[in-house]
Amino acid sequence: MLEIKNLHVKLEEEDKQILKGVDLTVEAGKVHAIMGPNGSGKSTLSYVLSGKDGYEVTDGTATLDGEDLLDLEPEERAAAGMFLAFQYPVEIPGVGNMTFLRTAVNAQRKARGEEELSAADFLKVVRAKAKTLKIDADMLKRPVNVGFSGGEKKRNEILQMAMLEPKMCILDETDSGLDVDAMKLVAEGVNALRDEGRGFLVITHYQRLLDHIKPDVVHIMANGRIVKTGGPELALEVENNGYADILAEVA
Amino acid sequence: MAALDQTQVKEGVDQETVDAVAEVSTYKYGWETDIEMEYAPKGVNPDIVRLISEKNEEPEWMTEWRLAAFERWQQMEEPNWAMVSYPKIDFQDQYYYARPKSMEVKPKSLDEVDPKLLATYEKLGIPLKEQMILAGVEGAENAPVEGRKVAVDAVFDSVSVGTTFQKELQEAGVIFCSISEAIREHPELVKKYLGSVVPVSDNFYATLNSAVFSDGSFVYVPPGVRCPMELSTYFRINAENTGQFERTLIIADKGSYVSYLEGCTAPQRDVAQLHAAVVEIIIEEDAEVKYSTVQNWYPGDEEGKGGIYNFVTKRADCRGDRAKVMWTQVETGSAVTWKYPSCILRGEESQGEFYSIAIANNMQQADTGTKMVHLGKNTKSRIVSKGISAGKAQNTYRGLVSMHPKAKNSRNYTQCDSLLIGDKCGAHTVPYIEVKNNSSRVEHEATTSKVDDDQLFYCRQRGMDEEEAVALVVNGFCKDVLQALPMEFAMEAQQLVAISLEGSVG
Ligand SMILES: Nc1ncnc2c1ncn2[C@@H]1O[C@H](COP(=O)(O)OP(=O)(O)O)[C@@H](O)[C@H]1O
Ligand SMILES: [Mg+2]
Repeated sequence: MLEIKNLHVKLEEEDKQILKGVDLTVEAGKVHAIMGPNGSGKSTLSYVLSGKDGYEVTDGTATLDGEDLLDLEPEERAAAGMFLAFQYPVEIPGVGNMTFLRTAVNAQRKARGEEELSAADFLKVVRAKAKTLKIDADMLKRPVNVGFSGGEKKRNEILQMAMLEPKMCILDETDSGLDVDAMKLVAEGVNALRDEGRGFLVITHYQRLLDHIKPDVVHIMANGRIVKTGGPELALEVENNGYADILAEVA
Repeated sequence: MAALDQTQVKEGVDQETVDAVAEVSTYKYGWETDIEMEYAPKGVNPDIVRLISEKNEEPEWMTEWRLAAFERWQQMEEPNWAMVSYPKIDFQDQYYYARPKSMEVKPKSLDEVDPKLLATYEKLGIPLKEQMILAGVEGAENAPVEGRKVAVDAVFDSVSVGTTFQKELQEAGVIFCSISEAIREHPELVKKYLGSVVPVSDNFYATLNSAVFSDGSFVYVPPGVRCPMELSTYFRINAENTGQFERTLIIADKGSYVSYLEGCTAPQRDVAQLHAAVVEIIIEEDAEVKYSTVQNWYPGDEEGKGGIYNFVTKRADCRGDRAKVMWTQVETGSAVTWKYPSCILRGEESQGEFYSIAIANNMQQADTGTKMVHLGKNTKSRIVSKGISAGKAQNTYRGLVSMHPKAKNSRNYTQCDSLLIGDKCGAHTVPYIEVKNNSSRVEHEATTSKVDDDQLFYCRQRGMDEEEAVALVVNGFCKDVLQALPMEFAMEAQQLVAISLEGSVG
């Protein structure tokens, strides 16, 4: 599904190489996890895949179901099925959460040549999905992420993901700053979306999220590269020994 | 009947209309209707003033009033203090009177209405039912109406071409007609109130308007009456080189209420056109008036060629105690805007509110704001101004809050927010505050922000294209003001915000 080959990325504004040859393939139906020290380039990878400005791809490719992602505008990637749950969800004052969701859902439907959801159908679906994430009516009305707690912001990201039903979901530290209950909600939200046709790339520092979202493959990223790939046991190893051993081993 | 079928979907501001508006990528109203026009000769002089008066079948006192104004105007200088610049206007190179030939005699049935005029209404998005009524289609008044009713008065170039829902308004005792009709039919009201809020010699443009205004709307709501529907005027400048000078007079008698909306469009032309309107509102004891404007005059092209020069004097006089007025405006059009809807808070405990969205894109220049003049005790005012600049546009907010010695215990709150899109545009805030007593309080808050790249990326990652993302963020920025509009027009205004910012990013 998602195929990244030899991806090299530098900052557009300065001469700083951040990704130094990333190779990674996420198959449909699978959950891949990426762990790695701060500053290793995990968020950068997620931004480059979703099309954020400020980065320059100097080498390599990234495709989604064979389609070249790197040539597309961010909204085209979204319509193609790419979703990023942001590490730091953005606040949009004055724009109701529900309005935002509906605009997003309909924009993607339009881009794919599908009919827009009617207000009534949309409401029905949102309410049902919001309920399982314990998002109340008030939170749906409030402006996007404004005054939301850390946990509310992350649950809101998962609600957006549930509404947009993307093919490829990237979650960037969605578990950071969550208490145990909120993390469970988020994990349940993700698990509910697990499906044969959908791939996940879960960026996290902690095993505890992976207790709930069982990954098929775990990668360790360091200094702009995937340095080690293994099964779920690799995450446990990080949990117990930190990154030092692994980094020493591959150095 | 095809027309009737469409009535269903066109009534109010429904999805269909919204979609239609959304599809258009440039100025939507930039077409011109090819209708045979009757012009007075170019230029302005006492003969032209007399001619306009005569065409409107005005009584002698009105002609004299106009001539006095003209004399005054000749001694006045065009003001230049606003933060706008434009080529000098040659006031003698304009037509001051133009009307569709077919309106020489008012139509009595649809057959007598020029079909091109009807087509114009349709393009303007005036709900079809109202088009039929405007055109005088028999039985149209009784056709079923969905949702809330809006009575419409349409002013096409210089003349009012028809007013809808006359009968129902009459039953409520509300007078809603063209000002020329009011001058003929209700001289006692016009004599009493015309020029009582904006005196003939108020300012250069208002004085010119007093001399040459060709038509406009008149509203009188009698004591204790809540006007049963929204009243609305559509202004349309169609003819070339024609100035439009409408005059609107609204009187809310004791304890009455009315909500009024004006909408404006003009064709796309290379040559700038002049618009100098005057709006006077009188609010008596315990009465309330809401006046909303969705102004979408042609703004000129990207290089600043053409467009409407909009010099408008709007003023509300809260004459009685506890009188209330609320101005809400969405200004997206015009090449140059010079406009300061004002509130004179004369009655004790009277209240004035001003909510404004001013969008300037490309080469547009907007210098707008409000004046809150507190004269009575315990008066309150509130100003919420949202200025959005994009392209190379300049947007200036100019606000005066004045507390007179007798206006004890009065309050003003001003919130003035500017949003910049790109780095070639500008926003300026010029507050003037005068407090001449020590029990009153004035609060002023101002912010300037930029449309944030992270916000745009967040929206785009969720599937919106760049323009949709900007529109969403900007509409969020304007929310406080959009909420103050009547519901039907809030949607339209949101779409306008989106359209007028197209091409402002990327
Ligand atoms: N826009 C940027 N400007 C400057 N430095 C950046 C930018 N984006 C990323 N970096 C740098 O790139 C490196 C990788 O960052 P990031 O992808 O956020 O890592 P991670 O998510 O793994 O913690 C860090 O050294 C970070 O400071
Ligand atoms: Mg990160």
